[in-house]
Amino acid sequence: MYFLPTVDQLALQRGVRDLLDDRFPLDRLPAGYDAGLWESLTETGVFSLRSELGLGLADAVLVFEELGRAGLPGPLVGTFLLGGSVAGPVTVVDPDRRPLLVSHLDVAAGLLVLDTDGAYVAAPVTGVPLSDPVDPLTPLHELVAVPDPTATRLGETTAELRAAGVVLTAALQVGLAGRLTELAVDYAKTREQFGKPIGSFQAVKHLCADMFVRAELARAGVHSAAVMLDDPEVGDASRAVHGAKLLADEAATTNGRSCIQVHGGMGFTWEVPVHFFAKRAWLQATEFGTADEHAEDLAGLL
Amino acid sequence: MGRQVIVADVDLRDSPDEQRFRAELRDWLVAALAMLPPKPDHNDWPGRRAYDTAWQKQLHAAGYAGINWPIEYGGRGATPTEHLIFLEESERAGAPYVGVNFVGLLHAGPTIATEGNAEQRAEHLPRILAGEEVWCQGFSEPTAGSDLASMRTRAVRDGEHYVVSGHKLWTSHAEAADFCELLVRTDSDAPKHKGISWLMVPMDSPGIEVRPLRTILGSTEFSEVFFDDVRVPVANRVGEENDGWRVTMVTLSFERGTAWVDQIVDSIRLVGDLARIAKRVTDRHGTAWDDRGLRRDIGHLAAEFDALWALTKRGVSEASGGSGIPGPSASVLKLRYTEARQRLMDLGARVLDRASLSRTDLAGLPAAEWANERINSINYTIAAGTSQIQRNIVGERILGLPRER
Repeated sequence: MYFLPTVDQLALQRGVRDLLDDRFPLDRLPAGYDAGLWESLTETGVFSLRSELGLGLADAVLVFEELGRAGLPGPLVGTFLLGGSVAGPVTVVDPDRRPLLVSHLDVAAGLLVLDTDGAYVAAPVTGVPLSDPVDPLTPLHELVAVPDPTATRLGETTAELRAAGVVLTAALQVGLAGRLTELAVDYAKTREQFGKPIGSFQAVKHLCADMFVRAELARAGVHSAAVMLDDPEVGDASRAVHGAKLLADEAATTNGRSCIQVHGGMGFTWEVPVHFFAKRAWLQATEFGTADEHAEDLAGLL
Repeated sequence: MGRQVIVADVDLRDSPDEQRFRAELRDWLVAALAMLPPKPDHNDWPGRRAYDTAWQKQLHAAGYAGINWPIEYGGRGATPTEHLIFLEESERAGAPYVGVNFVGLLHAGPTIATEGNAEQRAEHLPRILAGEEVWCQGFSEPTAGSDLASMRTRAVRDGEHYVVSGHKLWTSHAEAADFCELLVRTDSDAPKHKGISWLMVPMDSPGIEVRPLRTILGSTEFSEVFFDDVRVPVANRVGEENDGWRVTMVTLSFERGTAWVDQIVDSIRLVGDLARIAKRVTDRHGTAWDDRGLRRDIGHLAAEFDALWALTKRGVSEASGGSGIPGPSASVLKLRYTEARQRLMDLGARVLDRASLSRTDLAGLPAAEWANERINSINYTIAAGTSQIQRNIVGERILGLPRER
């Protein structure tokens, strides 16, 4: 038994972090989707790790944590799931949820539709853009109808695609939860009140400690689910996948709130970038199943 | 003891050696548990000592005593993963807990092994491993809890003896113990961490009085221990005089991420049990399980314990790979596990409804286990470092936030 990232995995993760720190720093974040960077990520193999490079989800979740940590906007999960079989960004459509909102439709080269009967690929359709989405960096379109509902389903890969999507979304949430912890801790170390850094006060320190703990627990859950999906013999993967998403959602959304709280009034301003991360956490908490759905599904397995 | 850095693939499977270890242990547990005598009453300390040490003797005879102790000290020298497997399989099989052997095996023994001299090791380590010597811990005091280093129990040198006077609190198993690992102040002028020494005190020494403390469980899990001019040979000091604080801290390194293994395995079982109980408990709306909110809460706790189990494996892998000391996951585990366990017990009470009021089984429901453990779980966020102290540790040692003051 050995359950830590390997040297190779850490190097892969480090490489992605360095690229994103360089190309997508905090001050670049408010400008949103970056087509040039997307191209670079594609060339680097971020979306084809599994389909072409022969790596597994255990590797992919480490990369997705970094994408989440950077707050990188874009249809990351759908593009990875189709792994280059469509050229360009792929966004996911979940027709079982209403209203029928799709993210990043404006840049999508294809749609991955995941419904109760299976999964299929559809050509992009037009939708009505939301004039003011909560996450300002993730454009949302409302579709009037499910695209191409009679298309041929991809077959037996559906459950596997969906599970992978859940875990990758959870990994994005873990990355966010970790970044929100970093931002809160950095601020608590430098912001002074009453003549001391606010991070010396237990009331603030404990908020930060809880943020760290939430992110670490969710990370362990996500890594474990990814390892089980790669090698189903080592555990009950479906149980682990449900748990991963619900803990990651909880970590990201609660850390969003806590991080703003640590920043005080400045956290409520647009110029401090914390809100972008907090809002992304809310968005991703509705993708690939909510925490409530996963909790109920997990209970059904008991 | 330089441990090799392991470069391995991520793998949740047992290695062939681990498989063999697990299989042999399972077989042994089945045979050994068949011979187990009935469990004594909670307040029957001679009975508890006899029961717990009998199990330790069985472990010893089979080569499982001191599973995580290095071979040079008489232990099995198992790897951290084998230690994890040992605790996991023992819990699944329903084997007795470490019980009155806790302090000897997990604290005093490791301290003597790493800091004691050859005579001290030879005298105590084999007896602790064989279940022949029971230890208790005299650390906390009425005015020294989380701030342990402010303790005041004094030891004054008189020739080849220390004369010890003071008052210790929260001493588990004092009624059953042969020896006490005792922290005493040997220099009251030094800064508080610098004037402490670590002594081995025979519990039958004249001047020791043990007063059992009744806990909210109604039983006597802890005692107060009073020391009134107790004479302790200087030869019973472990480590240098006034170096007792460091000696105490060294001990923690034997644990290697396995502190909550049996509890987490037990909690995963209890979540499953609770789902089954909820399916047969009814109120005027139907079964408890018909309630989506309740199902979600149970699912949520299942996720939490599953992730804690994953985190445990990570902590054990950290201990296997590097210094032998677990990384940050230890505080994370303590904080999240103890709070999750309390939530689980409250959820159990929600499902059991009025049956949760009985500490004996009632109406065909396992009321006793849930009620007793609901009360007991209250101490988890207090003992061995309160959750508030744990958050300080996470904030200061892991996140690097400045200390208060």
